[in-house]
Formats: sequence, structure tokens, C-alpha cells
Amino acid sequence: MKELKKYIFPPIFLTFVGLSYIFRFPSGKQIGLNFWMFFKEMILFLPLMFILIGLFDVWVPREKIENHIGSESGWKGTGLVILLATLQAGPLYGAFPFAYILWKKGCSIRNVFIYLGAFSTIKIPMLTFEIGFLGMKFSLLRTLITLPVFILIGYLMKWYLKDKDFEVKQP
Amino acid sequence: MLILSILTLCIIVLSILFDYRKTIRGIKKGMKMFINLLPILLLMLALVSIVLFLIPNETMVKYLGEGSGVKGWISAATVGSVALIPGFIAYPLCGILIKSGVAYPVIAVFITTLMMTGFITLPVEAKFFGWRTSIIRNLFSLAAALFIGLIMSLFL
Repeated sequence: MKELKKYIFPPIFLTFVGLSYIFRFPSGKQIGLNFWMFFKEMILFLPLMFILIGLFDVWVPREKIENHIGSESGWKGTGLVILLATLQAGPLYGAFPFAYILWKKGCSIRNVFIYLGAFSTIKIPMLTFEIGFLGMKFSLLRTLITLPVFILIGYLMKWYLKDKDFEVKQP
Repeated sequence: MLILSILTLCIIVLSILFDYRKTIRGIKKGMKMFINLLPILLLMLALVSIVLFLIPNETMVKYLGEGSGVKGWISAATVGSVALIPGFIAYPLCGILIKSGVAYPVIAVFITTLMMTGFITLPVEAKFFGWRTSIIRNLFSLAAALFIGLIMSLFL
């Protein structure tokens, strides 16, 4: 039953959009266009990312990751995950699978959340965009203020989860 | 996008050269995760496209433009937390907002919540981290965004 529920919504939605096109219902068509825009972004980007994650999983030994960004890795590890995150691109939901694989390979809880913070706020490809539209001063200031804030979030999450048996699940 | 495709292709080829079986196993693993996540992703995208339809850009400009007072901050944080707007739309939109008189700190709050918190993406996030942890992370991020805006207002 649960399996069925999981798969039932997308067909309903697509039927709605399809009917909107047939009966020329403009709101439904607009929603369909929006959906298509997001869907395009996702369907091109995510399969590639998941292939990379799968290959990362089979090739990269756990000890390597654990040594570099595990719980004993200190500031160097934090620096590494931030660097890793800033070089990537894509929406936040694309970062979750990568956070999962990092965690599976021994990345510390703190660094997992620092990774998510850095991924969402200071990706370099996005920064160039930001500078273009909002100016150097704004972008630089925002980045400099945001950096310590999401590191703090990493520590807060670690503190919150410390005796909670936390795990990042495979979807 | 093109760079990612080329990169992925190169890595696959390289991986096959080293170990064919391992490569297939890796690709299968990745694809399995993707397929498992697909229904909830589609659900999320459908929700996003409905929300984006209900709150078009003009409405956002109107709400965020209502002065830089508390109201502006609250609408920036709310819209930013709920909406999921890709960067290539969000930044031009922020450019328009600035021109129409929205204060820089409000923009900072908007951008930060837009990027760090996603209440619409919660179902996806929960698949990985569980509901409690995901909600806590989003709340922390929301607080962080307001804090970042506050600090920005000291400088700009």
C-alpha cells in the first residue's frame, strides 16, 4: 500500500497538466511549464550525479575519507569539505545524495552539515552570478558572514545529534 | 552541464579501463538510488511548480518591496524558505528587487533562506536525514539567515 501511495501522485499531476492542455486551462498549462523547467534541470543533472556517486562508492576506500574529513580531522577536514562543496553546482537537493555518500565513507556529522551549508551558499559557479547581479561588495560581505555561520551550524548539529544514533540513510 | 557530462563520461571510461565489473556495480548502485528517489523528487517538483504559479515574480517583488521594515524581513524569510528558485532566476530577480528599492540586508535574508532552507524539499531531505533532523537543520538555517541579514545591515 505504501509502495502504491509513493507512485500515485506523479501520474495524477501529469494527467492534470495533460487535461489542462487539452481543455486550454491556462493555469494548468503554466504549472505544467514550470514543472517542465524544473524537470529538465533535474533529469539532466541528477542521473549523472548519481552515477558519479555510485562510482565514488565502489572506488574510494573508507579509510581515505575518514582520515581526511572524519571526526578526527579538525580544521583541515572542515576546509576540505568546504572546498569540495564550493566547486560543485546544482540545487540543494542534489547535495543530499553526496552528503549521504560522504557520511557512509566516514565523514563526520559536523562536516556533513558544513558541507551542506557551503554547498548551498557559496558555490563558486553561483558566486559569479551573484557578483554580476548584486555587486562585488554585497557578494563578498555575504560570503564572509555566511562562512562562520554555517560552520557554527555544523557544530550545533553535531551537538544536537551527539547521543541520537544519527545516520544518513540510503534512499 | 556540458562540463559535468564530459567529466562523467571521462570518469566512466577511466573506471571501465581499470575494472569493468566494479564500474557496472557503481553505476547500478547510483541508478538504484536515483530511481528510488524519483517519485518523491517528482512530487517535490510538482509542488514547487504549483507554488511558483501561485506566487509569480511580480507578487514577490510587491511583497518584498514593502519597505525594509520588519514586514520586508518577514516576507523575505517566508518566501525564501518556501520557494525553490534556481540561481539563474533568483539572482536576476534580486537585481530587480534592488532596483525597486528593497534594502540589501533584506536581499541577503531572501537569498540565504532561498539557498539554505527548503521547506518544500523537506520530503526529499527527510529521506536522507529523517524528519526531525531535517526540520532542525532548516530551522537553524532560517535563524542563521536572519542573523546574516542583521550583520549585513551593519555594513550596508
